[in-house]
Amino acid sequence: MMQDWANWALDTAKRRGATYADARVMDIRQRDLSTKNGEVGTILETETLGIGIRVIANGAWGFAATDRLTREGVQACAAEAVAIAKASSLAKRENVSLAPEAAYVDTWQNPFLKDPFKIPVERQIDLLLAADKEMQRVKGVTIAEGMMSFKRIDQLFVSSIGSQIHQLKMHSGAGIVATTFAESEIQKRSYPNSFGGQHALQGYELVESLDLVGNAQRTAEEAVELHHAVQCPEGISTIILGGSQLGLQIHESVGHPIELDRVLGQEANFAGMSFLTTEKLRKLKYGSDIVNIVADARLEHGSGLGTFAYDDEGVPAQSIPIITNGLFTGYLSNRELASSIGEKRSNGTMRTESWNRLPMVRMTNISINPGAWEYDDLIADTDDAILMETNRSWSIDDRRYQFQFSTEIGWEIKGGKKGRMIKNPSYGGITTEFWNSCDAICSREHWTLWGTPNCGKGQPMQTMGTGHGASPSRFRNVKVGAAFAK
Amino acid sequence: MTPAKKKSSAKRPKSAKHHDPGRFTVAEMEKLTERLLKFSDADETEVEIDLSVDALTRFANNTIHQNVAEHTLGISVRVVLDGRTARATTNKTDDDSLRRVIALASGLARNQPKNPDLLPLLGRQKYKKVDHFVRATAEATPEDRARAVARVCKFADKEKQTAAGIFVTGYDRTLLANSKGLFARHDHTDAQFSITILEPNSSGWAKLSASDVSDIDPDALAASASHKAATSRNPIELKPGHYTAILEPSATLDFVGSLFYDFSATAVHDKRSCLNDRMGRKVFGDNITLWDDVYHPLQVGPEWDGEGMPRQRVLLVDRGVPKNLVYSRATAKKMKARPTGHGFTLPNEHGEAPTNLVFAGGDKSVAEMIASTERGVLVTRFWYIREVEPYEKTITGMTRDGTFLVENGRVVSGIRNFRFNQSIIAALSNVEMMGPSIRASGEESFDMVVPAMKIRDFHFSEVTKF
Repeated sequence: MMQDWANWALDTAKRRGATYADARVMDIRQRDLSTKNGEVGTILETETLGIGIRVIANGAWGFAATDRLTREGVQACAAEAVAIAKASSLAKRENVSLAPEAAYVDTWQNPFLKDPFKIPVERQIDLLLAADKEMQRVKGVTIAEGMMSFKRIDQLFVSSIGSQIHQLKMHSGAGIVATTFAESEIQKRSYPNSFGGQHALQGYELVESLDLVGNAQRTAEEAVELHHAVQCPEGISTIILGGSQLGLQIHESVGHPIELDRVLGQEANFAGMSFLTTEKLRKLKYGSDIVNIVADARLEHGSGLGTFAYDDEGVPAQSIPIITNGLFTGYLSNRELASSIGEKRSNGTMRTESWNRLPMVRMTNISINPGAWEYDDLIADTDDAILMETNRSWSIDDRRYQFQFSTEIGWEIKGGKKGRMIKNPSYGGITTEFWNSCDAICSREHWTLWGTPNCGKGQPMQTMGTGHGASPSRFRNVKVGAAFAK
Repeated sequence: MTPAKKKSSAKRPKSAKHHDPGRFTVAEMEKLTERLLKFSDADETEVEIDLSVDALTRFANNTIHQNVAEHTLGISVRVVLDGRTARATTNKTDDDSLRRVIALASGLARNQPKNPDLLPLLGRQKYKKVDHFVRATAEATPEDRARAVARVCKFADKEKQTAAGIFVTGYDRTLLANSKGLFARHDHTDAQFSITILEPNSSGWAKLSASDVSDIDPDALAASASHKAATSRNPIELKPGHYTAILEPSATLDFVGSLFYDFSATAVHDKRSCLNDRMGRKVFGDNITLWDDVYHPLQVGPEWDGEGMPRQRVLLVDRGVPKNLVYSRATAKKMKARPTGHGFTLPNEHGEAPTNLVFAGGDKSVAEMIASTERGVLVTRFWYIREVEPYEKTITGMTRDGTFLVENGRVVSGIRNFRFNQSIIAALSNVEMMGPSIRASGEESFDMVVPAMKIRDFHFSEVTKF
């Protein structure tokens, strides 16, 4: 049926005057589970099926979406998309044109071992409750929480240039959190990452690999211990960021500024613009010589939340050099905007949250290439620093210059050894100054492709999963502690 | 610098009674509800159906670059089986799909431990009516939006400025029913216009939302944003520090927006609220009084909560003293209180929250706040607000799209944007002046009814490059 719906959409759009049309049928199933202090919290399964139709008519864009999947419903939706495009042309400056792209007929599915929807929900809840119990055993824990989420996206993309691409993606994610309240202070520790744990384009094997139960006690103990830790000092310091925190740093201070729609002003009213104006391409020293960052949607890069075979306008997944030996070398683009930076082809980053949302330029897997350092050697090589792990809050200005992050936990590094625990660690700076201060990156052995499941962008707002490969890295002369300065 | 609202048309049709822009009439939605309840063999069943038609015209670089519409239907079913509950949702309406969504919810419910605290579903309730439906909004066309956008783009062209923004119109109908006879329905329309006007080194912003599209004047909003962009041209850099801050209503909204979940009884019970050990004590200044009130004329939303409990008006803070929390039925039972009609849809671990916040305002205009300020910072809006420390409620964020230096009672210059790290509790103890409360829109929080505020000793901790 998916093929029929898509064909009805394209036929109607062309008949109504569209010069280009594409249709995405998406069938999405999701399971969300959570527990809190020994009880089940959320236990929810959702499914949604519909079609989004994007057209160019009178040289302008129109988009309409419906879940009314009868011939009449789909045709009405396609007609509405064309009517909207014609209305758009009332405020048009020039005709939309798309960079050339070949037509593809293909089927792809991300590899996974265990379908999470075939694992009994009872087993999944038992696992969360077992981790919950381990956290609650630790005296001082006020809230023990666990969560799992799974998403299966079955989608067909069909376009008027002849593409027919069927993709099936399976996402899994899980994590635990211990929160403590004592003496007018709230602290928390999360495992394996904050804000929902680790997420990837994998099956239930991801959850099993995390060993939530085995890590629950340590997570809870650290949350309690934070109340007795020393406050993060205020000043200039060397810092070492753990891999997941560096992943979010990449997301905010590299991933978003390289979105070409943002650079060209299309997000000016909401998500903001970018300091990376187009004259900086291949000229700006973004980071130090050892910083190499890629945007890589290919499966070879790993099973991340930004992995696919084709983007949502039918362009194959690619690997794009973003920062090469410190030099800024690439943006994320699409078929409409590629020519604005002199490119002849989109680099394939159009993604959509669901059938009822328009695809837009999105991060794929934006990852820093591993360096040469072993983690123990990096610590041993550091005289005086703060090691910061697991994000607690993040904020950056609307052009992505000035940022401030805080993490759940930190440790002093003194004379090459890990010392006292530090609470309320925070650091901030200016994006390019920060990346130019990077002087050590750990090796492939310490590199993880982290998943960020909650990236918001666009109007109407879309939430997208992105991947960020990172390993612990060291930065010099960074301002720390400002978040708590009085 | 807050744009005036356009006067509403006097004779507009308002009733949702005969308006069915979606694919289902009210009667058909009711029949769908009945089918679901009939198909279910659970001990108890709750059904929520949501029908919406939303359209958004988005512009940037003085042209429309995105123009979308969506028609969606959501069917959400909660079952109760032998002391256990779970939820499943679908957007498919054939009998097999309806039976399957019930089976999915039942399967989830059966495969979990019993919940001894689970309450039976509510029976039939009486609701005080609210009216948030305006036919003109529901019937707005792509051409209506495009014409308004074309006008503001032309205006920006004339001013040699660049406009970006959105014009949204939409309609939503929600039905909630259960096997114990509860039935509730809410019709709601929403219009929003938001505009950013850019110059080479400055910008201005304005936004309004309303149930009635005719309450929004895109041209006035464009003129306000344009004026801010022009006035903040060639911004100077101020040193970070503590300044008197004058927050326009949208800035107030996004600043205080992080506070709402702290009034959840579950948050206090879990000891993650900043009101832990602070209820009944003086926490904010004498001039801070705050309600949750879905019946306020500037508020929107259904008059019932996630379980169908009627929403009550709750006094949260009285002259600086936190007085009351909001409660779902389950939390109320746990904490020996009365439910207030603020519960989320079940099952969930978060409990409840107030989502119709109304701050008591004052009688000072922003102009009077500026005139009374020797040296301070005027803020149009904040951006990227995140919590830094949850108990003192310290949050961080940036100023954006119109930040000004005020000296000797007048605006003297645009300034480069600041980062702030500021405790909300401390700031709401330092409010020197307030304006009348209005319905404000921002991007960091849902809409609230808040005033402009003049706050002393606001901590701007860093400055950015623009």
